[in-house]
Amino acid sequence: MEFAELIKTPRADNVVLHRPFHLAVEGTLCLTGHHLIFSSRRQDNAEELWLLHSNIDSIEKRFVGSLGTIVIKCKDLRIIQLDIPGMEECLNIASSIEALSTLDSVTLMYPFFYRPMFEVLEDGWSSFLLEQEFELLSSVTNEWRLSCVNKEFSVCPSYPAVVIVPKSIDDDALRKVALFRHGGRFPVLSYYHKKNGMVMMRSSQPLTGTNGRRCKEDEKLINATLRSGRRGFVIDTRPLNVAQQARAKGGGFEQEVHYPQWRRIHKYIERFNILQESFIKLVEACNDQSHNMDRWLSKLEASNWLTHIKELLTAACLAAQCIDREGASVLVHGSEGTDSTLQVTSLAQIILDPRCRTIRGFQALVVREWLQAGHPFQQRCAQSAYSNSKQKWEAPVFLLFLECVWQIHRQFPCSFEFGEQFLIALFEHAYASQFGTFLGNNESERAKLKLPQKTMSLWSWVNRPEELSRFQNPLYEANSLVIWPSVAPQSLQLWEGVFLRWNKPSKFLEEAEEERINIIKYNKELQAKVNALRRQLAEMEADEEVQEVE
Amino acid sequence: PVKYEELYCFSFNPKLDKEEREQGWKLVDLSEEYNRMGVPNNYWQISDVNRDYGVCDSYPTEVYVPKSATAHIIVGSSKFRSRRRFPALSYYCKGNNASICRSSQPLSGFSARCLEDEQMLQAIRKANPGSDFIYVVDTRPKLNAMANRAAGKGYENEDNYSNIKFQFIGIENIHVMRNSLQKMLEVCELKSPSMSDFLWGLENSGWLKHIKAIMDAGIFIAKAVAEEGVSVLVHCSDGWDRTAQVCSVASLLLDPYYRTMKGFMVLIEKDWVSFGHKFNHRYGNLDGDPKEISPVMDQFIECVWQLMEQLPCAFEFNERFLIHIQHHIYSCQFGNFLCNSQKERRELKIKERTYSLWAHLWKNRADYLNPLYRSDHSQTQGTLHPQIAPSNFLYKFWSGMYNRFEKGLHPRQSVTDYLMAVKEETQQLEEELEVLQERLANLQKSQSGNNKVKSKQQDRSKHFGLYTSNNSLANTPQEYSNDLKSFPSRSPSQGDEDSALILTQDNLKSSDPDLSANSDQESGVEDLSCRSPSGGGCLPSEDSGKDSDEAVFLAG
Repeated sequence: MEFAELIKTPRADNVVLHRPFHLAVEGTLCLTGHHLIFSSRRQDNAEELWLLHSNIDSIEKRFVGSLGTIVIKCKDLRIIQLDIPGMEECLNIASSIEALSTLDSVTLMYPFFYRPMFEVLEDGWSSFLLEQEFELLSSVTNEWRLSCVNKEFSVCPSYPAVVIVPKSIDDDALRKVALFRHGGRFPVLSYYHKKNGMVMMRSSQPLTGTNGRRCKEDEKLINATLRSGRRGFVIDTRPLNVAQQARAKGGGFEQEVHYPQWRRIHKYIERFNILQESFIKLVEACNDQSHNMDRWLSKLEASNWLTHIKELLTAACLAAQCIDREGASVLVHGSEGTDSTLQVTSLAQIILDPRCRTIRGFQALVVREWLQAGHPFQQRCAQSAYSNSKQKWEAPVFLLFLECVWQIHRQFPCSFEFGEQFLIALFEHAYASQFGTFLGNNESERAKLKLPQKTMSLWSWVNRPEELSRFQNPLYEANSLVIWPSVAPQSLQLWEGVFLRWNKPSKFLEEAEEERINIIKYNKELQAKVNALRRQLAEMEADEEVQEVE
Repeated sequence: PVKYEELYCFSFNPKLDKEEREQGWKLVDLSEEYNRMGVPNNYWQISDVNRDYGVCDSYPTEVYVPKSATAHIIVGSSKFRSRRRFPALSYYCKGNNASICRSSQPLSGFSARCLEDEQMLQAIRKANPGSDFIYVVDTRPKLNAMANRAAGKGYENEDNYSNIKFQFIGIENIHVMRNSLQKMLEVCELKSPSMSDFLWGLENSGWLKHIKAIMDAGIFIAKAVAEEGVSVLVHCSDGWDRTAQVCSVASLLLDPYYRTMKGFMVLIEKDWVSFGHKFNHRYGNLDGDPKEISPVMDQFIECVWQLMEQLPCAFEFNERFLIHIQHHIYSCQFGNFLCNSQKERRELKIKERTYSLWAHLWKNRADYLNPLYRSDHSQTQGTLHPQIAPSNFLYKFWSGMYNRFEKGLHPRQSVTDYLMAVKEETQQLEEELEVLQERLANLQKSQSGNNKVKSKQQDRSKHFGLYTSNNSLANTPQEYSNDLKSFPSRSPSQGDEDSALILTQDNLKSSDPDLSANSDQESGVEDLSCRSPSGGGCLPSEDSGKDSDEAVFLAG
């Protein structure tokens, strides 16, 4: 297919761009296969706006006489308005944008066409291999092994080709366990707590059904993670009644009779369609431009967004607490094990593991616990908060995770190597990107699409020194401890950096950030100078002493 | 307590001698402040009409009024105003002669007039030759003001006063505010509330709506003065609650001086203490009518905090400063906020018998500095223009104030303290740099002259200060689930090392070796390499955890 066929009017002049808190600008609008480009015609201070079509969530058009207006709502939550003279041009442009922003074939997406303008220093596709993680693990314990049982993605289509499992469980047993778990997602290692050797495993629900089916291999597998005489916790992200109801559909939960060494805790985390509704309501409330605050808090409350944040953080803290404080191993699952399960396991690691709070460690976490673990990014991030179509797969599951990280970051502002901007960038790229990282729903699909060969990895770009410096947190001081966030309502705030990013002027706050950076930069410069001088003096004095001896 | 003498400030003794006590009280000098504003001048003068509190017993003795307002006009006007609180100067804008004046409501009833009062307002307008009208801002809701007319009070009739523009700004009265705070505090005190409980409670309390109303009034006045160059007369009913709030917010927006630590003290003395905010009644220092109690000053302090959140570089002081001032309004440890008026304080000889809070805060000013404040920063210049629209999400719950005793709720690491420690270290580095450069120069001189003079040891032996960082805070898991309680839990004793104190001090010190203990020149070099591996902006190497006990981790 040629993109040109979809572009009925490639260019329009005298278009006026309106954005909140910016003066209206007149200029030329161009449409290409993947971008909407607006450039002001003013020579002096030419302003350009490049918008990926895939970033467009919805588009509305209206007319006043022959002047058409298009309102574009983006997945990164920004809203822009374009006034286009000429009814035909406007209609053409609107329908072209609509077609280009809703292409249904992945291979037509921009990452397949994007040619990077930078030199690739490190191929991000191979930056975070599970084999490297296993090597690290092997240096502290030999109770685990790498299994390639899924190398054709035949045992579990949403798992990566290699997984880490208890050494005592062979591949045949894994195949049997896979049949006993929803979608074949048998329990695998998520995190090893070096401090006390406790582990966090994740899986999907067991398929016990109504007649209480059991699977000896499954029991053996998860018991293999327990030290003798110790008990573990199963954290089920569904309430008990939902887990019970799941049995009617063939699902279920671990029953005490068959798992006597495990104690089950039900910690409810909301499911995806509810989350999507909550997301839409929250963004609506944030975009409400009325000048009174009468209903703001009740709208914020009605969206339930912060409630979801609180629930999620609580569950993650609980998992971390079981591991670190109770000295128990943990198995986390919900139904499919691709959404709430991953939120809990990844957030627990942020709390427990200082490495996950570094830039590189956080990337590794996202790769391991989200991309390789088979969170269906393409389904979940197909549409953002402005979509009118009611598709059932969209959900801001990853955004909720990022926001929880931000909430912890806000409480421990000096313990993260990356800053808020890094989290915002990941949110943007998950929804629309020139990089192939977040395409596809799992490793199997990515392999079929040949993403590593045909597209650029986000990490190749992020890990370039000039980009990295933008994402760094100037206040960072490595903190090797477990960080326990507060989950009280008073401690949780709206993430303004995402939700009010486009509708609140941020000049003053940006100036403050600049000031912080400068204070620390100047300090570091002085340190370097002082150290250099000390060295120089030391050398000179040493020389002098030598002379003295002579 | 029934008598003032029973309050703590009369027995509090910070071990200062008489002279120090007097010095403390002199720290804030209001006539100096009026001079700084630029009065008296051609348009404004001090009036001695209230010399012995003869005209208005809740006003200060020194009152600034327009030059053309004679004693006759003032006294006449005062008789036409509640509690005889006649229009007087609160803030004068040197740049354009516009001013903020304050008073109580006029006793206009449904139709009463007072020639002197009309002349008084005329005089205020004349004191600003650049403008042909003044705003009269009634900070009450219109309904309340109208109700007051039935009691022979009320508001100015535009037809009777030439060249005024009248404006209502609906700030609610002390009773509404008291109930609102009460409701909000109930929400704060809920035991493990849900998000919905909290947000609903906060909304229902209306507290943030009231804060916004006060801010809006302040912004309106600051705009009139700074942008339109029009003088404003502000009043409410008695002119000592809402009027004080609004005048001080407007002054704060207009004048960078009030955003400094010293200036803020002056502002409170000027708009609150001297003009008779009834601290004793509002804060119930002595047993009295509980209906008189109201968090009027708290609201002003919160307005300042809300502004600090929006303009983080604009204030010289930090959140702690505000919280400590608020604390001492209630504490009665210092004499500043005793009684209801200047007259009462003089009668009690407060300045001879108690100490001043301002001196105490000033002595510890290092604790109250905002590290982001620079006197040459653009945010510290001129009039502040806080954002006004969209305003719905501008004002936030101040947990640092209303949940201040639940430390677990607040960020565990303070950016302010961290940056202050960095700045302190920076200053020491600057000093050290100077010393080192001097030594280097000496050494070079001595080497070139082959002159073996031992470098001055004492220069190096200066012991660089330690950071007593407040950033270390024991951090333990909260109750994330009730389920864990019933499970046999291991003794938690092994968890002590988890207190998530940031290692600020240690990390900062690592590059700042203690030279007094060790004059080995190598130490400086050593320190370069023992900086934390990720502290220098480089990525942590794969094995960065090798020398620590932290968890290695793994994938699944």
